Amino acid sequence: MNRVQRLFKRLRAKQRCGLVAYVTCGDPDLETTIRVVQELEEAGADAIELGVPFSDPIADGPVIQAAARRALRGGTNVRDVFRVAKTIRERSEIPLIAFSYLNPILRIGPEAFAAGAADSGFDAALLTDLPPEASREIHSALRAKGLGLVFLLAPTSSERRIAAIDRASDGFVYYVSTTGVTGVRSEFDPALLERLDEIRAKMKKPLAVGFGVSKREHYEALRTRCDAVVVGSAIVRAVADGKSAGAVVREILGTASS
Amino acid sequence: MTTRSLPDRGGYFGEFGGRFVPETLMAALDEFESVYRKVKRDRAFNAELDRILAEFVGRPTPLTETPRFAEACGRFRLFLKREDLNHTGAHKINNAIGQALIAKRMGKERIIAETGAGQHGVATATACALFGLQCVVYMGEVDMARQELNVFRMRLLGAEVVPVSSGSRTLKDAINEAIRDWVTNVRTTHYIIGSVLGPHPYPMVVRDFQSIIGAEALKQMRKRTGKLPDVAIACVGGGSNAIGLFYEMLKHESIRMIGVEAGGRGHKLGDHAARFSGGALGVLHGTRSVVLQDEFGQIAETHSISAGLDYPSIGPEHAHLQQTKRVEYYNCADDLALEAFRKLSELEGIIPALESSHALGWLLRNGAAIAEGSLVIANLSGRGDKDVPQIAAMEKPPQ
Repeated sequence: MNRVQRLFKRLRAKQRCGLVAYVTCGDPDLETTIRVVQELEEAGADAIELGVPFSDPIADGPVIQAAARRALRGGTNVRDVFRVAKTIRERSEIPLIAFSYLNPILRIGPEAFAAGAADSGFDAALLTDLPPEASREIHSALRAKGLGLVFLLAPTSSERRIAAIDRASDGFVYYVSTTGVTGVRSEFDPALLERLDEIRAKMKKPLAVGFGVSKREHYEALRTRCDAVVVGSAIVRAVADGKSAGAVVREILGTASS
Repeated sequence: MTTRSLPDRGGYFGEFGGRFVPETLMAALDEFESVYRKVKRDRAFNAELDRILAEFVGRPTPLTETPRFAEACGRFRLFLKREDLNHTGAHKINNAIGQALIAKRMGKERIIAETGAGQHGVATATACALFGLQCVVYMGEVDMARQELNVFRMRLLGAEVVPVSSGSRTLKDAINEAIRDWVTNVRTTHYIIGSVLGPHPYPMVVRDFQSIIGAEALKQMRKRTGKLPDVAIACVGGGSNAIGLFYEMLKHESIRMIGVEAGGRGHKLGDHAARFSGGALGVLHGTRSVVLQDEFGQIAETHSISAGLDYPSIGPEHAHLQQTKRVEYYNCADDLALEAFRKLSELEGIIPALESSHALGWLLRNGAAIAEGSLVIANLSGRGDKDVPQIAAMEKPPQ
């Protein structure tokens, strides 16, 4: 059992809703990412998604698109992401998930990616544009190195796909709360919460909910409905504005000292 | 497996193709595929499509022999398949009408599209006006500047044109934005992709709607000469006009087929859009194909004088046809395409689109090696009216 599986087991045992924090690696440089991850962990983040910047991020809204552009301008590539993970892993046992589009992984090759990710201390990968039916090669390369592959589920997913993704995903399933790209949203549509309840009732694996989670109210609305929330754009925006990423996490978890 | 039975059930042409998209879109792609497979066999649907293609689009388009231009190339006989004479001025309308009809069947009232040269945008805006559908077209800012006329046409047709300012501000970035819109509005919206690109079933659907080009050309050639053509040639951006010309000819092994990519202004990554000269296996915009990219999988920027060929990936079926050597692919540089643009205008009274001029440019440079008396069909995929302001600006002496 790897760190991701242990985390969700622990969260279920304690009946606590965890927080997974996303940060684009190399935005605007590698040192910042290493520092931000430490802040996020200290603020109470339970796991880190480390984003591999990509030139054409079709699932991302303006905030994470801009972060990817800054990271690429600084020259960040997959090997740098490995180096950052390795540095984090030297001092921390926090679960690390590589969050990427498929092409950078294909380019270095599934086996080289799996080897590099395992060697640098990653626990799993999540590839936005890779549905389970096309994942066999990458999935087996990752498994051979003891890494998991996490799949996304959407409000539009059919019954058949819900079951298939629940089966295929390692450790947990990432539920995209709404149709759309990543980005902060002011509020959650009640219909989406209803759909989330429906979907969760059908699933065996733990569920993390992301896309648009940026506020305390969101966490409150979601905490009884899933195993973890994923916070991305709100953190990336704070990093871009030179504000504390840890404060975003504390605010959402309601542990900010006021 | 012969190419004519492809794609397979997963949407693959050999190792290329497939469906690589965020989960949110998977249901819409399943629905699109199943509705498409139904309408393909539906007599009423096909009768309506045929009627619109005849009465509104103006099909069949003629096959025009161009002896003076042919003489400038070599000793073969050259016939142009006149897709430029379609309503709206290019082959793009064949697919736009077909997909808009499917969107109506699916009850989707909002249409989105991307456009490079603007021809697909104009075609989609036209189809939407015809059927009373809402239309939003994404277009890179660089392309909007070089294809201003088409921007104005789309707006006249009632479409909203959204400028895209990210990346190289060309076709690739317009597709990114269109996909982001689709992910957000997938329940009400159909995305009409204009080329044989994108996730399955798009490369198949667009090919099928464009295959009328080659079907007509074969019939016309047979009537005119009693023979099959010896050579078929077309420019390849995403590759819809090329596959449209080639598809019905693939079964005739004697026909030599040539696709011409944009050679741009040089061989360096970023200076061209010749995917088969420097591209590598990759996934972009939902399909696995040959993609211009750097050593870490970041998609390269491209350059071509023609907005419609300025794209870092190529339709997956072309990648398969290249790998299996059924089709030969070459490229034609900006200046050679421009030379052909001028020559065809002067010698034949036909102003070709800059895209199509790449196929003609290749014939100008390499036509001497084609056997005397050969029958060559080149796809004149679009007319050059849209390019006239760009050419005029280039000819102005620097101030």
